Amino acid sequence: MTGNPETGRGYLAERGWRSWAYTLDHKRIGVMYLLTTIAFFLVGGVFALLLRLELLSPQAKYFSDHTYNVFFTLHGAMMIFLFIIPAIPSGLGNFFIPMHIGARDVAFPRLNLASYWVFVAGFLVVLASLVSPMDTGWTFYTPYSAKTGAAVATLSFGIFLIGMSSILTGLNFIVTIHKLRAPGMSWHRLPLFIWGMYSTSIIQVVATPVVGVTFLLLALERLVGVAFFDPAKGGDPVLFQHFFWFYSHPVVYVMILPAMGIVSEVIPVFSRKPIFGYAAIAYSSLAIAFIGFLVWGHHMFTSAMSPLANAIFSFLTFFVAVPTAVKVFNWIATLYKGSITFESPMLYALTFIFLFIIGGLTGPFLAALSTNVQLHDTYFVVAHFHYTMMGGTVMGFFAGLHYWFPKMTGKMLNEKVARIAWALVFIGFNVTFFTMFIVGTRGMPRRYAEYVPKFHAENVVSTVGSAILALGILVMMWNFVQGLRKGARAPGNPWYALSLEWQSASPPETENFHEVPTVTAWPYGYGTPKGPPA
Amino acid sequence: MSSPHAEHGDPAVAFETAKLGIWTFLATEVLLFGALFTAYAVYRAKFPALFQAEHLKLDRVLGTVNTVVLITSSLTVVLGVDAVRKGKTRLLQAYYGATVLLGGVFLCVKYVEWTAEFSHGVFPGTNIFFSLYFVMTGLHGLHVFLGMCVLAYVVLLARKGRLSENYTTPVEMSGLYWHFVDLVWIYLLPLLYLIG
Repeated sequence: MTGNPETGRGYLAERGWRSWAYTLDHKRIGVMYLLTTIAFFLVGGVFALLLRLELLSPQAKYFSDHTYNVFFTLHGAMMIFLFIIPAIPSGLGNFFIPMHIGARDVAFPRLNLASYWVFVAGFLVVLASLVSPMDTGWTFYTPYSAKTGAAVATLSFGIFLIGMSSILTGLNFIVTIHKLRAPGMSWHRLPLFIWGMYSTSIIQVVATPVVGVTFLLLALERLVGVAFFDPAKGGDPVLFQHFFWFYSHPVVYVMILPAMGIVSEVIPVFSRKPIFGYAAIAYSSLAIAFIGFLVWGHHMFTSAMSPLANAIFSFLTFFVAVPTAVKVFNWIATLYKGSITFESPMLYALTFIFLFIIGGLTGPFLAALSTNVQLHDTYFVVAHFHYTMMGGTVMGFFAGLHYWFPKMTGKMLNEKVARIAWALVFIGFNVTFFTMFIVGTRGMPRRYAEYVPKFHAENVVSTVGSAILALGILVMMWNFVQGLRKGARAPGNPWYALSLEWQSASPPETENFHEVPTVTAWPYGYGTPKGPPA
Repeated sequence: MSSPHAEHGDPAVAFETAKLGIWTFLATEVLLFGALFTAYAVYRAKFPALFQAEHLKLDRVLGTVNTVVLITSSLTVVLGVDAVRKGKTRLLQAYYGATVLLGGVFLCVKYVEWTAEFSHGVFPGTNIFFSLYFVMTGLHGLHVFLGMCVLAYVVLLARKGRLSENYTTPVEMSGLYWHFVDLVWIYLLPLLYLIG
């Protein structure tokens, strides 16, 4: 089982599909998750491009209204459930949590593999639902979802399985972080990526079962007519919204916290400075996870909740901005007077901060009750969550991919191409989504295939932006493939980073470390006597 | 090398790891049922008269019998754990076997109840009370069934001689799960059968 050091291929030494399908190695499972989720990202992206194509003209032109509804449902559902929730935790998290804490593997390797295959099974069920594709939007609101002719029960079951996989992964990580830290790896020496992943795992374990049971009830309403969400039988469709957002709001922190963890790793490495405010960043992750559970009602300000409930949810939503801002200030303080270099991981990390500030600061507009009523279900909301989720999480994901590519593959990326791709992504993203803030404030509602002609110019700009963005992502993917095929041999520690994963070979041996590492310091001693020169 | 315990050669650490794992899993389960209990609270507050009237259609005698059956099964689980800690693996098999059997009795009684309710024209879609009743007892029944499978697997492990006083992990973890399933029923009985 041990990778042969002679080949220099480390954990990748074994070949053949069996060595992957039955592997218990967290690194291989992580790589399988990464490849799977990136594939879903590309497919979900194609749906987005089709939406933008339709919106080139104010009248429905290329697709029927129903097809348009299917496309935005599939875009949302795939991006959320199949890409952005599992990508960083199950992909990069699987690979790097054990390496960050100096462990040989996760606590339950078999459960880890099982969770991957449950995920794949969930995807296959989702695929089966395409015989009669969903047109409800990714939120599945009742009563429409209980009535539509689409295969809601099938899709619900698929997402139930994906949720189960998410729970098992979170459980595995919580136990791993608690029990398998190397000697000397105290909680306050943990890399901040681990703090982000730990907070994420708690949300996965606590929130996911609620959405699981919600989808179960939705499926049962369609199959045997249970009355939970059926107003004709005394049920309440708004209860569905409560249950749905009890999961689906905290889950945006499942998406963002690991990305914040990656940014917290990358910023100090490329500014050669110790992270500023370690404890503040670490505990703000937990604070976000905790407060994140108390704000779900802000998705429902126009759903006839009581004014008191609205006011409380509004207040708590403003409150969650505090620990988020704490992180941003600490990253900026880390950059202050650092010896900053702009390699591609750093470019994406800085992009994260830039875009996330825009995404974050447009949040309070939506948290405030009076402006929310105006902006609810407009393109302003679409722009807001794409700035946080794509501008935030996906940029963090890209930062992580570029940062850890040499470690995972043993090959270096072409840095010049990586920067070209970054520039295209950065420009394309802003052109696509900033225009949505503008049309949103002017009242353009989301989820319609047609719109009034006065928004035409902005929509053309946005579609052009989406093409630039797609081109950037294609160049990035091409660069990954080229890097794999003929990238230069990566040294063990190309970025001179201090965290444990860089102290192993590139790619790492199957057992990660030749001997169990003993930890004597935190991983952020850059520019201090403990750190290597830049 | 690929064993889950390779990382932590110390069996005591392995036991603690498994224990944290199962407790985390039970936290997930609490939230799974928690959503249903929340729905119960919402609708009972909204329709007190309906809950009062409809719950009288349930068979309290069978509900009570099942409660006794499940509590007894928790007792046999405790005795089984105690047996394996003392290295008496044959006794463990007897107690865990009895638990599986009691679980089976529980499900049979539940089957009788559901059949009677269906024959009286009461279905999951009848009204909000019976939606809650069938979904909550159904999901709980599914957990009982899965618990029986897990306990039967533990009996199999014991028969193969894989368990001893030095390796009790599967016994203790499956036992905790069974207690949880039992505990859910302890809440379901008064909420569904004994509204008053």
